[in-house]
Amino acid sequence: MNETPLIQLRNITKAFSGRTILNNASLDIRKNEITAIIGKSGGGKSVLVKHIIGLIEPDSGDIIFDGQAYSTMNRRQFSAVKKRCSYMFQNNALFDSMTVFENIALPLREKFVFKRRQIEEKVQKRIEQLELTEVAQMYPKQISGGMQKRVALARALVTEPEIIFFDEPTTGLDPIRKKTVFSMIHHYHEKLNFTAVIITHDIPDIFYIAHTVNILDEGRIVFSGSPITLEQSPEPDLYPYTHGHELLIDDLTGMHNRLSLTRRIEEFSADAARDEHLAVATIRLVGMRTIMDYKGNLLGHAIIKQLAKYILGFLPEGACAGMFSKEILVLAAKTKDASVLETFMDRLAAYFGALSVETFCHKHRLQVELGGTLATKGVNACTAVQEALATSKKYV
Amino acid sequence: MRSILAIPALIGEAALTTVRNVGQWGIFSILALFGMVHLRKLFPKVLYNIYFIGFKSLNIIVLVAFFTGMVLGLQGYYTLIKFSAEGMLGVAVALSLVRELGPVLTAIMLIGRAGSSISAEIGIMRISEQIDALSTMDVDPVRYLVTPKVIASLICFPLLTAVFDCVGILGGYFSSLLLSTRSGIFFSKIQSSLLLEDVTGGFTKSFVFAFIVITICCYCGYYTHQNQSSAGAEGVSNSTTSAVVQSCVYVLIADYVITSFLM
Repeated sequence: MNETPLIQLRNITKAFSGRTILNNASLDIRKNEITAIIGKSGGGKSVLVKHIIGLIEPDSGDIIFDGQAYSTMNRRQFSAVKKRCSYMFQNNALFDSMTVFENIALPLREKFVFKRRQIEEKVQKRIEQLELTEVAQMYPKQISGGMQKRVALARALVTEPEIIFFDEPTTGLDPIRKKTVFSMIHHYHEKLNFTAVIITHDIPDIFYIAHTVNILDEGRIVFSGSPITLEQSPEPDLYPYTHGHELLIDDLTGMHNRLSLTRRIEEFSADAARDEHLAVATIRLVGMRTIMDYKGNLLGHAIIKQLAKYILGFLPEGACAGMFSKEILVLAAKTKDASVLETFMDRLAAYFGALSVETFCHKHRLQVELGGTLATKGVNACTAVQEALATSKKYV
Repeated sequence: MRSILAIPALIGEAALTTVRNVGQWGIFSILALFGMVHLRKLFPKVLYNIYFIGFKSLNIIVLVAFFTGMVLGLQGYYTLIKFSAEGMLGVAVALSLVRELGPVLTAIMLIGRAGSSISAEIGIMRISEQIDALSTMDVDPVRYLVTPKVIASLICFPLLTAVFDCVGILGGYFSSLLLSTRSGIFFSKIQSSLLLEDVTGGFTKSFVFAFIVITICCYCGYYTHQNQSSAGAEGVSNSTTSAVVQSCVYVLIADYVITSFLM
């Protein structure tokens, strides 16, 4: 990791029609690594990468390729840089007037001096690898969007370049082909050891193949590091990028996610007056993780959704409820009245005591433990939850 | 006061835009000409463009030329007969066609048939990032897309002008036959009055028109994305319209300038 990056973008600023897209963005791309760039749609990821390939010139800042700044390169040197690269466009950019075969063969015909037979062999190999044999003589408009994506991918790979830029290579593909594309990039990378830059929204899939993840937000790189570092990061602003899927579920259930729940409990704890308590009730759904792993996330989600609906129905104003983990739901309220906790417990007991819920829990081997505590002012959210969990009693 | 000051500001802005566009067009055209050094590699594309610009335009050129010649014959006959000079009909038709109408009408027909479609094609390639894709492959888009069209146009325009002239003269002759003029006089007067300078002048014009038309049409398509007022399909539509209008205007301006030098 100490070696000089192959490509360095330094303080790139770019504005279009007065709107700043990139604001002092800096990025390092290391040789033979897969570098991922993630971020919000329209956030300037493609613009950033197009600077490297020379399609866009920065308003300020510099790009250093293999130790030499673009600003000091002559045309021939820049042409040599381009020869080492390949770019797969977000919208494929296939040539309408050429067949699939001709599209894939174009870079070989124009960039290199190969014999016709060699070109045909190389193109045919890529066509077979990407399952495009049946459409090889068709025009791009005659094939589906997913196939067009694969043609663009074949065109990017056919010259076996040193550096490949993939601009959303899996957008518009079905989940099976998405996995195929990522595993293909991974396997090609292992075999050919090229440098790859992938712009994508496919989280968390990309974390499994990328060596470095960069997050572009508000025109600058706000995170750069390994996927593991990103996953472990306590930075709340990065949470949506690492737990985007959970956020969707939280929106659907109407409950807080772990991060916002922790923040809310700590706000209660900090703002509580001297005579106020922090009532924390926990519901531990033992076996929920197993249900999600073996019977499916949807079943688990359906149970939580139903429970959330009930909880939100009786939750007093100012109180909050959320998922602390896949198995633990937390209800919290700042109150002077110590009986609030008892009310929570009674209500939950009534819910789980209902015949249909009990039967359902038995059927899916789901155990329910209810716990609660009256925490004191200033207590940490995790401590408060742990105190409540410590009082847990098996209910169902 | 502010509105009065806005007028010179607008004029200045328009002047700057025009100067910038002319400069950009000039550089674009020079780059297209420089691309000719790779003629061998471009040969298949040049052939295709000769087919597209030249061969596919042949029928419309023949049709228009024939009826233009007929109308000239008709108009010329009724004008010349007033001076008892109907024997000069062949000369009138031939000189009008070879010096003026042949190159100009051929250019205008080709603007409508080939120029507009070339502009739209390149414009669509621009908005669908196909031109950017060529750049990323280290393929010079101007050399790849524009140079073969320029070469093909420089070949096709004079040839089609020659076809226009010949068919037009035949159209005039056919008209004269319908008006009972003697056919021998029609052609003998052409032979004695039409000079080589008239023919070379006409071809010079068609060469210049070819360069103007093709570079303007390609330029408008190539820089579709720089059109601030519109984008996407509307941008392509506007650049195509602009290509046709500008080509016609500059052909007529160039015609006047060349004629004034040739006379």
